[in-house]
Amino acid sequence: MAPPPAIRFDRTGQVFSARSGRVEALRDVGFEVRQHEFLAILGPSGCGKSTLLRMIAGLLKPTSGSVEVYGKTVTGPREDIGIVFQKPTLLPWATVEENVTFPRRHKTGRVSRADRARAQELLDMVGLEGFGKRLPDELSGGMQQRVGIARALLMDPEILLMDEPFSALDALTREVMGLDLLKMFADKPKTVVFITHSVTEAALLADRVLVMTGRPGTVLTEIPVPLDRHRGPETLKEPAVNDLASHLRDLLIGKRAA
Amino acid sequence: MTSPRICATSSSASGQPDMAQESWPAPAVTPYRDAIAAALRRAGQMPGLATLLTLAGTVAFWEISVRLFAVPSYLLPAPSAILGTFGVIGWDRWATHVIATLRVALMGFGLSILIAIPLAVLMMRVQILSRTLYPLLVVIQSTPVVAIAPIIIVVLGAGDAPRIVITTLITFFPLVVATATGLAATPPELIELSRSLRAPGFREMTQIRLPFAVPYIFSALKISITLAVIGAVVAEFCAAEAGVGYFIQVSTSLFKLPQAWGGLLVLAAMSLALFQAVILVQRLLFPWSLPKSR
Repeated sequence: MAPPPAIRFDRTGQVFSARSGRVEALRDVGFEVRQHEFLAILGPSGCGKSTLLRMIAGLLKPTSGSVEVYGKTVTGPREDIGIVFQKPTLLPWATVEENVTFPRRHKTGRVSRADRARAQELLDMVGLEGFGKRLPDELSGGMQQRVGIARALLMDPEILLMDEPFSALDALTREVMGLDLLKMFADKPKTVVFITHSVTEAALLADRVLVMTGRPGTVLTEIPVPLDRHRGPETLKEPAVNDLASHLRDLLIGKRAA
Repeated sequence: MTSPRICATSSSASGQPDMAQESWPAPAVTPYRDAIAAALRRAGQMPGLATLLTLAGTVAFWEISVRLFAVPSYLLPAPSAILGTFGVIGWDRWATHVIATLRVALMGFGLSILIAIPLAVLMMRVQILSRTLYPLLVVIQSTPVVAIAPIIIVVLGAGDAPRIVITTLITFFPLVVATATGLAATPPELIELSRSLRAPGFREMTQIRLPFAVPYIFSALKISITLAVIGAVVAEFCAAEAGVGYFIQVSTSLFKLPQAWGGLLVLAAMSLALFQAVILVQRLLFPWSLPKSR
């Protein structure tokens, strides 16, 4: 028997009951993410992409259907999942290193020497060697988000959830950050669910792109990216990336017009 | 035609004075105008100096007007007459009054912090408490403290206790509200991070919410510390044997108006010093919580 997929959505729905009435965020969502796959989720604003992530993280229970992680239905927060938010949301009073070790201090109340060594290693990996003693305030937006990524990787999670992590950055920084991210996973593969608004970003980084429709969010289609994992700045010039990006753009715009 | 020339010259002069003198041709019309403009500009860059000049000007105007129009001292004493009382009263007596007021103000302020912050935390954690206590707090805040003060004095009797309670009553409301607001203003992502780590709830409070509330708490502390002086004085007006408020009351009842004004001056100085002390504590302990100066 094949091992269960890392993540599986099965006819999953989410309905929020607000004061103004019921809001259906997601309807009948079904997809799978394989172990160590990089899945990009692309869709219009308000299609429930972030809701998807929160359900994988166990922060939100689906109102219908189920979400499974490694074959087990998600019932609450799991420790083998790291989250990177849209904004870095670092602690302004803590140094970069303390921010990276924060999950440990927050969970157990103490940080071991091994944790600090691991933080140092992660900071080197995200390209922030020598910045450990700085305050977040002294860093650029891109560097702050690198700290956010290091923080999410501290506990060495199997699954990394990224909610439009580079959307606040300028276009160039954004590409560099994305490619650096892939480099990190080259030695130590992770299962990544990456939410984005950018068709180019999705085509450049992902193994597979899940396209969603707006309100209520449903899966429109899944498109594999016809490229291997070795990607760099030159990948952007490949016709396959541009073709896929324009195809994705057509899908999104076509849906909006409909 | 002259004004742009003045601006250009003086702006470059403020940056690199020596270079500017050489590279710019000497202004043909009025060289001293440039000097005045530059001096004014420099004065503008020293906010302390501008404040000092304004203050000195006001005091001088006051002194001259009182003397010129021979205003009787019970209506408005001259600044010199007010300052004169400091010598007459003697430093030891001033010290007694100042210490009495300071003690009540600081103890009331401290008690207020001890009550307000845990109360805000409790209201944050327990929804029912928030819904039931909040209206009660508003009622307490809406009741004029000056009106309750005599009642509290009668109930709690002599000594510092009633005065401290009055000070606490007047200072704690802004603290509770600001702390509660700060605790709720934490970035939701960090709360999700905390939940995803399944961290204990008290650590969400101590490591995330409370530190994020620090700027809010200090804004309220700055308001509360000046209210604390008011609270102490209100209490002394009702019943006291010492204190600057008591001193002012006694002085007015004896028609010694310059003395009363002297007391007022001391109170203002106390408030200012305490306010600056709060700012200093924030700067020393929580430098990251200060607004960015850039």
